Amino acid sequence: MQALTNRVKQVNRSPMNFLERLYLPAIFQGMAITLRHFFKKKVTINFPEQQKPFSPVFRGLHVLNRDAEGRENCTACGLCAVACPAEAITMEAAERQPGEESLYREEKYAARYEINMLRCIFCGLCEEACPKDAIYLSETFSPADYERKQFIYTKQDLLIPHPVNEPEEYKKALGNRAKPGNKS
Amino acid sequence: MNHFLLAINLALIIEKLVLIIVVVFASLGIAMYATYGERKVAAFMQDRRGPNRAGPFGILQPVADGLKLFFKEEIIPNFSNKLLFVMGPCLAMLTAIMTSAVIPWGDHIEIFGRSVNLQIADVNIGMLYIFGVLSLGVYGIMIGAWASNNKFSLLGGLRAASQIISYELAMGISFIALLMVTGSLSLKEMVLQQQTGAWWNVVYQPLGFLIFLICAFAECNRTPFDLPEAENELIGGYHTEYSSMKLGFYLFAEYINMFISSAVMATLFFGGYDFPFVDESALSPNFAAILGIVALMAKVFGFIFLFMWVRWTIPRFRYDQLMYLGWRILIPLALFNMLATGAAILYFHK
Repeated sequence: MQALTNRVKQVNRSPMNFLERLYLPAIFQGMAITLRHFFKKKVTINFPEQQKPFSPVFRGLHVLNRDAEGRENCTACGLCAVACPAEAITMEAAERQPGEESLYREEKYAARYEINMLRCIFCGLCEEACPKDAIYLSETFSPADYERKQFIYTKQDLLIPHPVNEPEEYKKALGNRAKPGNKS
Repeated sequence: MNHFLLAINLALIIEKLVLIIVVVFASLGIAMYATYGERKVAAFMQDRRGPNRAGPFGILQPVADGLKLFFKEEIIPNFSNKLLFVMGPCLAMLTAIMTSAVIPWGDHIEIFGRSVNLQIADVNIGMLYIFGVLSLGVYGIMIGAWASNNKFSLLGGLRAASQIISYELAMGISFIALLMVTGSLSLKEMVLQQQTGAWWNVVYQPLGFLIFLICAFAECNRTPFDLPEAENELIGGYHTEYSSMKLGFYLFAEYINMFISSAVMATLFFGGYDFPFVDESALSPNFAAILGIVALMAKVFGFIFLFMWVRWTIPRFRYDQLMYLGWRILIPLALFNMLATGAAILYFHK
């Protein structure tokens, strides 16, 4: 019968000769291969001493951003909560009092902002929905814990460190991301 | 007169007791670290690192495993036979350790003015004793399988038992050929002959050694013959229902069996405690004994590495392939080996 393509491979179906039927030579060949692998370089890395680098667009834990002077960007508009497909974000808004100009950028801010990490699917839709560049997903991932309560991250856990008061931690938390303040 | 007799007996009893304690604890320790070695060797052959977190290089891993097994909950199935359920692993462990009594671990050492033989019992039917205890080892598995009240365990136990008794035959027949060459069943006698003779027995009986090796793999339920405990074929085989230390005993008994089989093979075919190219009679007895122990341990570890090496290389046999190999290939081959050895002995020693 004519072959349909020109990539046909002829399979060797001849009966096994004596040496092949012994199986022992083939077993010794296999054992030689295994022994070679015994001495090869291992592919495991010693986590957590060595870590593989993440790509810059990796979607990890959320971070609430601040602007260059240290004022919180988030205005508690609720767009991220609406965009979240898993309903993981909840917030309560509050009005900025006259003495708090240096803390918050606009007149409305989030008094209570909580993300339930057990519900979050790390899709990044909240980051895409935010109009103030206030929330983004960073490179760390959620550590393990014993109780469900510990997984509800409050605003204090999520806020990025202050750029003026704690500049090294701010720089470290910013990571590879582009500079803040290019969206408004 | 009475006082004199009492003195001799006490010293002998103490000497044997110390020897037994040392041998039992040494085999337990070696079996424990064989589990660690297995995981490390398996990992290295699979391009990964193996356990390296518990202690430096993971040395304390077997201790952690043992503690884990102690802390687990003891589950005894409701409808099983409780006495037999507990007795199964004990029997397996008992027969595994009992074989270590006749293996010569070294030559004699001289302490406190006495010459202590490094063999617990130098019976003149040493090898027959080992075969007898090996046959008893089937009971541990069968009792465990039956007492679990579980169809899969029973199937696994049946397969294990039939596998063991099939391969015992080929083992015995290949040993008979060796017996014709050596002329003695005593293991100490065999080592002495290999020490003072020209070559180790493996040169006189290469085919016999190959058959013995394959049968030792089957006796220890080791890949490629590990169908009775294959997890993806029979769930757990005969140790499905076992938890905590009873399971630990079964797994441990397998490693002790491996260690003892390696020691027996090293003694029968590779000269036992004979250090090659060294004339032991020229050295002081204690130093020669230590050298002998080191040589034997090196050979035993080599065999244990071989067991692990083969395990991580080849896939396991199907049950009918296993039976075909045991009855229709190995037994005729062993018989042929025996006849050829007899003919060669007649030809050369006429």
